[in-house]
Amino acid sequence: MVKLILRNQEFEVKAGMALLDALKKSNIVPEAVIATRNGEMITEDEILKDGDVIKLVAVISGG
Amino acid sequence: MKCKKCGGKASVNMRQHNMALCKDDFLAWVPEQTERFIKKYRMFTHEEKILVAVSGGKDSLSLWDILARLGYQADGLYLGLGIDGGIDYSHESQRLTEKFAQDHNLKLHVVDVEKEYGHSIPVLANISHRGRGKPCAVCGLAKRHEMNRIARDLGYDVLATGHNLDDEAAVLFGNTLQWSSEYLIRQGPVLPSSDGLARKVKPLCRFYEREMTAYALARGIEYIYEECPFAEGSKQIFYKEALNQLENVRPGTKMTFYVKFLDAKLKGDLFQEKTIEQVNLHACPECGQATSAPGLCSFCRLIEKARAEV
Ligand SMILES: [Zn+2]
Repeated sequence: MVKLILRNQEFEVKAGMALLDALKKSNIVPEAVIATRNGEMITEDEILKDGDVIKLVAVISGG
Repeated sequence: MKCKKCGGKASVNMRQHNMALCKDDFLAWVPEQTERFIKKYRMFTHEEKILVAVSGGKDSLSLWDILARLGYQADGLYLGLGIDGGIDYSHESQRLTEKFAQDHNLKLHVVDVEKEYGHSIPVLANISHRGRGKPCAVCGLAKRHEMNRIARDLGYDVLATGHNLDDEAAVLFGNTLQWSSEYLIRQGPVLPSSDGLARKVKPLCRFYEREMTAYALARGIEYIYEECPFAEGSKQIFYKEALNQLENVRPGTKMTFYVKFLDAKLKGDLFQEKTIEQVNLHACPECGQATSAPGLCSFCRLIEKARAEV
């Protein structure tokens, strides 16, 4: 399994999926996040491996 | 995905530019582009003194970082607003701003609204009864006033803010939904100086918010990640989300929306109906309907071509 973390929410997706599909499956707009794995930024075509923890950094701020 | 510059593994993909870059090339590209837009919009020169309004957020800290990397004379201004919201918002953002200034050896001015005027922003908002329980209107007013005052008192030529393209597109979207012509006329990357007020510039106005987040992450800038507690559910965030839905389906929508607006404004043809003489209409020799070029109109040309094909 792969875990996606966005603020205080967690999503689980199957391994072997591209990040873009994982975001779509979790109803997350790709434009609104930057994905990181082990502190490194990854692009939407990255294939997620079993045990990956993807930290999503929200990009929108107001004010 | 491969880096367009070096062919290495890409870290950031920018669909609106049809370009992915590795971390190093992205970190070089952002200041290059910033410099390009500083020149394009004639924001400021290396001889001028710049005051950067820094909130502790990703955009303003990144802007300060970029201007310092480009060798501009850029000092920071942090305004203490006295917003707690259960997360000690103002204290934490001030701490991060001061740490950034110290780590990069940059000059920071700190002005605390409560010390200066006796009340924090939320208290001033309560007293004023403006904004239906939200202090955002009072906060915006106080920030504008204080930034202007300090830039003038300390002799800065330019006041720079970290507004990104998403901020500008959201404001433009809101003003367009209302057709607020007086705001539309004034919106742009540069507000010229007037009545002793410093010129105001937005050097990041051509970067997506997502790019600025990537820049702050790639540079290891520690910024306040939590939203201002009062911004939650704001109209501006709603507009940004709506624009991101469009962007998702059609990459580049936000950029086109903002940049074409600036172009149209610059050309002065926004809402200017062209007179008949300017457009120079001709009658189509076939059907007689008005057409912009001499000869057959587009429809008659289409039919003529179709007949020739048969
Ligand atoms: Zn590269």
